[in-house]
Order: sequence, then structure tokens, then C-alpha cells
Amino acid sequence: MSAVTDPSIPTAEIPISEARSFEGYVSAMPVEPQAPPIPSTGLVGWLRAHLFSSVGNTILTIIFGAFALYVIWGFVSFALFDATWSGSDREACLAHSGREAGACWPMIKERLAYFAYGSYPIPQRWRVDIVFLLGAIGLVWVLWIDAPRRDLGAFYFFVIVPIASYCLLYGVPLLGLPIVDTDLWGGFLVTLVISSAGIVAALPLGILLALGRRSKLPVISIASTIFIEVARGVPLITVLFVAKVMLGYFLPERFDPALMVKALIAVALFSAAYMAEVVRGGLQAIPKGQQEGASSLGLGYWQSMRLVILPQALRITIPGIVNTFIGGFKDTSLILIIGMFDFLKTVEVAVEDPKWSTPVSGPTGYLFAAIIYWICCFGMSRYSRAVEMRLSVAHKR
Amino acid sequence: MSTIGSSSPADAAALAATGRGSFFNDPKVRGTFWQVVLVILIGYLLYSAVENARANLAAKGQVFGFDFLSAPGGFDINQHLIPFSSEEGSTYGRAFLVGLLNTLLVSGIGIVLATILGFIIGIARLSTNWIVAKVSQIYVEVIRNIPLLLQLIFWYNAVLKPLPNPRNALSFGAGIFLSNRGLTVPEPTFGPGAENVAYAFVVALLFAFGFRHWARGRQERTGQQYPTGLVALVSIIGLPLLVYFLSGRPIHFDVPVQKGFNFSGGLQVYPELVALVLGLVLYTAAFIAEIVRAGIQAVSRGQIEAAHALGLRQKPTLNLVVIPQAMRVITPPLTSQFLNLTKNSSLAVAIGYPDLVQIFAGTALNQSAKAIEIMLMTMAVYLAISLVTSFVMNIYNRRMALVER
Repeated sequence: MSAVTDPSIPTAEIPISEARSFEGYVSAMPVEPQAPPIPSTGLVGWLRAHLFSSVGNTILTIIFGAFALYVIWGFVSFALFDATWSGSDREACLAHSGREAGACWPMIKERLAYFAYGSYPIPQRWRVDIVFLLGAIGLVWVLWIDAPRRDLGAFYFFVIVPIASYCLLYGVPLLGLPIVDTDLWGGFLVTLVISSAGIVAALPLGILLALGRRSKLPVISIASTIFIEVARGVPLITVLFVAKVMLGYFLPERFDPALMVKALIAVALFSAAYMAEVVRGGLQAIPKGQQEGASSLGLGYWQSMRLVILPQALRITIPGIVNTFIGGFKDTSLILIIGMFDFLKTVEVAVEDPKWSTPVSGPTGYLFAAIIYWICCFGMSRYSRAVEMRLSVAHKR
Repeated sequence: MSTIGSSSPADAAALAATGRGSFFNDPKVRGTFWQVVLVILIGYLLYSAVENARANLAAKGQVFGFDFLSAPGGFDINQHLIPFSSEEGSTYGRAFLVGLLNTLLVSGIGIVLATILGFIIGIARLSTNWIVAKVSQIYVEVIRNIPLLLQLIFWYNAVLKPLPNPRNALSFGAGIFLSNRGLTVPEPTFGPGAENVAYAFVVALLFAFGFRHWARGRQERTGQQYPTGLVALVSIIGLPLLVYFLSGRPIHFDVPVQKGFNFSGGLQVYPELVALVLGLVLYTAAFIAEIVRAGIQAVSRGQIEAAHALGLRQKPTLNLVVIPQAMRVITPPLTSQFLNLTKNSSLAVAIGYPDLVQIFAGTALNQSAKAIEIMLMTMAVYLAISLVTSFVMNIYNRRMALVER
């Protein structure tokens, strides 16, 4: 509006009478001072900005605050204040004079070894401990991005650990390790074995399937695509049912693998399809120039994949792989439906044990299982997010 | 596999002509060779699987075939949307249908509720109100990291089973009761003329769409706007309501009454269904919330600032700028969550809800011992659902994809 400051409009074209009207009014009174601004720093300012900025917000704050307090209070009083901490049977965990019955922790304490090993023979449990240790070392080695010799770590994790675990867990009579039948395995051990198989076998298979799906050879590409889409289109539980009731028909009669082996195969094939899609996403993110560069250097298909494409693609898919693994870890609980004793099943068994049968034994057991699962999954998801952040920072430079 | 993936047949021919590349190094020859190997391998696997199955079936005295579908089942299903009873000789085929309908029922209810809850939580996560955002974030982080199966077992065994019996049921008013028999709600009964209300609803729906179309055209021509949303709402609610009263209130609600040890009247929703819906909705909503949050955050701030600069107020900015762009990001992963929910509904088997897997791949399989046929049918159903969905999604994505110059 102001004709004076706008250089694009020549002042000469504005009639003088109109220009004059701008200087017509001069206030004779000082303007009332404004109230000081509402503090936007400090505790009060923060509360105002984040909790009570308007009437609607205040109502929301009260509703959500009350809800949060109610849930937290319920949780804390059940798990801590009203909880029973010691005792030897159900009597200790019943509601006593005027006191509500909280979590029954002695039940969990007594069954802790069962949750970890299932019915694995007690004198042989050191073997499971060693497997846990070997696996933990491998996991740190592979997942720690700055660890030395990660190539060696991958070899260790994907080749040495599975073989050593098999020898230790199943047993090699020649080495003085008596055979422990897989029916006796149980608890967290089974959960770990099945979900690790989901990554140790599924990742290499998934990489092959992803490469196959992107292949220019039609038969290979179609076969991979059909496998991936079928496996992703059906629920895991049907795949496990197939492994349990249908696989037997398709194998020669002399072959009768243990249920554990069937479940392992089913979970590995199922996760491979999901892994393949994650890896394919990573492969697609690699610019075509990389492949062309590798080709122009005279590298063959497998060489260029091994030396140029896959190292880059796998690096950016680490978060996706970990997320798939989290999903697989949670899904492992489904094997209880086909009658295997995984961690969740051992908790169910403990909950239904008449020795500890009280109204709180169910909630206690499920709460314990939920906390364990949550710690594992949340830890992994934090890790994958940290890697993602790091990669995106590295990418921005 | 070919040595160099990107080399064209012409290069290969040139290589072969100069003599540097032998016949065996020709990518085309190698590619064909490996494909033939794969075909032979798959063929052999299929052949031996079929042969083994034939031998095994013969050894057990079974025959492959789907004749059993018309044989009477001899078991009962507590929740059936279509009549089913072993006394009347309901067949396996009918059990399959009952299971399929139950799966579709729980998936349908679950998808609607999970979408609503997921959008609310996803938007709440972006709230400026600290406690609202935090509560939603904690909800998402807790629910997502606990296996669905554990949640289902928890809801069923630890929450719904210990509820009081119908005599002491928890009452929510309006005839809604929660007890260890499940959820009891008023049941609508349809008298003569009730179909008119349904017709009125369809007519109102068509009218709302037609009006929106007309109002859009008018806005393009003249720039004048009509409150289409309000008109649609009024017609969709008003017209059926009007017809309802005009045709003499044909719909009644049969309100349940606590009577002795059970309820009389009302619609009984089995506790298995309640637990399954509860678990699926709470679990899937956490994932949908993350998708919604990511989708909204994917709309760059510049878009909102530009809309404000054009003079759009908060609401039109949201409706015309943010939501259309966010939906483009949200829809594909949202559909895959719908598919996940449908597939996860198969966990019903753990708490005994009679879905496709529990009834058909469980009870029917145990009764008939037709493992191969039943598993093939069950998997085919899920596969078909997921293929149809992804087919529809591909069409939708092509229509919604960013049109670039």
C-alpha cells in the first residue's frame, strides 16, 4: 500500500491529493504499553506451552494425565507394592487380610531355570550356557558397526556358531557330549534357536531370492517371485501347520524329521521371503552406476555383487534386517500352537501349575513374559534406529 | 547365471565373433543353462514330492480328492454366521464357509476399529500437548514390542475369563454387559418395512456422491463453494431416519436382561471374538499409528507454509494440502497392515475362536485327516485375499502416484 517505499510504482503517477492523505494523522497521545509477553521459558512457560496452551489442551492434559497415572499406578502397585516376594507355594500369593494380591514373583523365581532351558537335562545345561555365550559374542561382533574384522565376525556368526550350537545342543557322542533329544529342549533356548535360524538361514537365502527376483533370467526371476509372494501371502501359522501335518506326506517314508527340524525349516523359509524383500529394497537403492562401474572394471556378476553391490546394499538394509528379525522373534511364539515348548509355552505351563494356581498367577506370568519380550524387542529396535541415524548422517556428508 | 548381467546379446555376439569369448562364456548360453538347471531341479522336487505323497497316502489307505467337502462333518461350531449343526449333517464344505466368514468378520471389524484407533494415536503422537504425545508414544512402543500371541492370550485368559458370571456382569448401561460369557449387546430386530431404511441409506449415499460431484463442477466454474460434507452427513443420517419413522419404526432393539445364570435376549458376542478383536485392534493400531505419523511428517513444512502464504486457514490447509499428500504415503503401508491383521486373525486358533484355521485346518483336519487338501485350501484363501488386495492397491497406487513431468 505504501506508495513511498515501493520502488516498482512510480510516485509521479499517484495524485498528490492521495499521497498527502498518508501524512494526515499524527497521534497526540502515547500508546498504552502492552502487557509483558507470557513467559515462554522456564518451568511455567514450558507447562503453558506444552500442557495448558488452550482450554481444549487443558482438558486433554487432564484426561490423558489421569489415564497415565491410573495405568502407571495400577502397574506399579501390582508389580511392586502389592507383590509377593517370597514364599514356597500358592498360599503365599493369595490375598491376605485387607491386602490385594499383587504379582506372585516367587513363582517366577522358582521356574526361572525352566523358562530358560525347558526340560533340558540339568547336568547338561552348561552346554546351553556356552551356546548363549557364543551367540552373544557373535551378535555383538556382527551388530557393532565399528568392531574389528566384521567379515570374520560374519563368518563366525553364520557358520561357526550354528555348527557349534548344533554340536553342543544336540550332542556328539564321539566328543563325550551325550545326545539330548530336541523334544527336551524348551523355554528361551527354543525361542532363540528358532528365531536365530530365522536370520542365520534366512538372510543368505533371502539375499539369493532377492538377487533372483531382480535377475534378468525369466525363469529364475519368476520362480523367486512366486516363492516370495506365496510365503508372504499366507500366515506363519498355516506354514507351521503345513510343516507339522503336511510335510510328512511329501518326504520319503524313511525320513521323519523331528518337529523342531520341521519348525526350523518352516520359519527359515518363511523369514527368507521377508528378508528377500528387505534386501531387494536395499539393492534398489544402489545407483545403477555402481553396477556399470563394476562391469567396466571387468568384474563378473558374482564378483560385482560380492565386492561392490552387496556390501553397500546390506549396509543400508541393516535396520530393515533387524526389524524383520524383531518380527521373527515375536512370531516365534506361534510355535507353541503346533505344540512346541518355546518361552511363552513354558510360561503358560508355569501359570497352569496347580502348585502356584492363584488368581494372580496368570497376570504375573504374562507380565513377566511381556517384560522379557519387550526388553529384547525394544533393545533391538533402539539399535536399528541408532544404525539408521548413523547411516543417514554418513549419507548426508 | 550370466557373467555380466548388463551386457546385451550384441556384445555377446561380438565377443563370440572375435573368439575371445568361448561358447561357454556366452552370457546367453550360461543364462539358459542355469535356467534349465533350475527348471529341472524344481521339476524333480515337485515330482518326488508328488510321488512320495502318492506312496504315503497309499500306505495309509487314503485318496487325494476334495470329495470329503460334501461329507457330513460331525462337529459343532459355537459361532456360525450361517446355519451349521452336526445334527443336520452340515458338511465339511459348509464348515469351510463358516470358518471363512468368521475370519472375514473378525478381520472386517478389526480393520475398521484399528484404522480409527491408529489414526487417533498417530495424530496424537504429533500433538503439541506433551502428555498426549508421550502417552501415545509409550503406547506404541509397548504394544509393538510384545508378541501379538502373548497379548491375545493375556486378554483371553487374564482379562475376559476371570470376569464375573452373567449374574454379576459389568453393566455399561444401554443394555451392554460384559461377563465371562463375553459381550452382551442389544440385538436389532428387523420388522416388515425395515428394508426401506436400507434402501434409503443407499439412496442417500448415492445422492451424497452426486451432490459432491455437482458441487465440485460448480466450484470449478464459478468458484462458489458448498458445504458438501455437511449435506452428505445430513442426507446419509437424515433420510434413513426419516424413512424409519415414516415406515412405522420397523427396527427394534432386543435389550438383554439378566435372568438367572444367563441373559435373556440380546446378542451374545463370544469372549473369544471379543479377545481376538481387542488384541488385533490394539496391536495393529500401534503399527498404523506409526504409519500415520510418518505419513504426516513426510509432508514437508514448505507445503504448509505455502498454503498459509496463499491465505488458507488451518482447516483447509489440513484438508486440501496435508491430508491428500500424507494419504499418498500412508495408503500402501496401511494396506499391508490390513493384510497383516487378516493374516494375524489366524492366531484365533490359540484362544479357540472358530476362524478358518481353527475350524478348517484344526477341527476339520483332525476329523477328516485330509491334511494336504485342507492345508492347500486354507493357504489358497489367504493367498487369494492378499493377491486381490495387492492387485487393487497397484491400481490405486498408479492412480494416486505423483504425476511428474
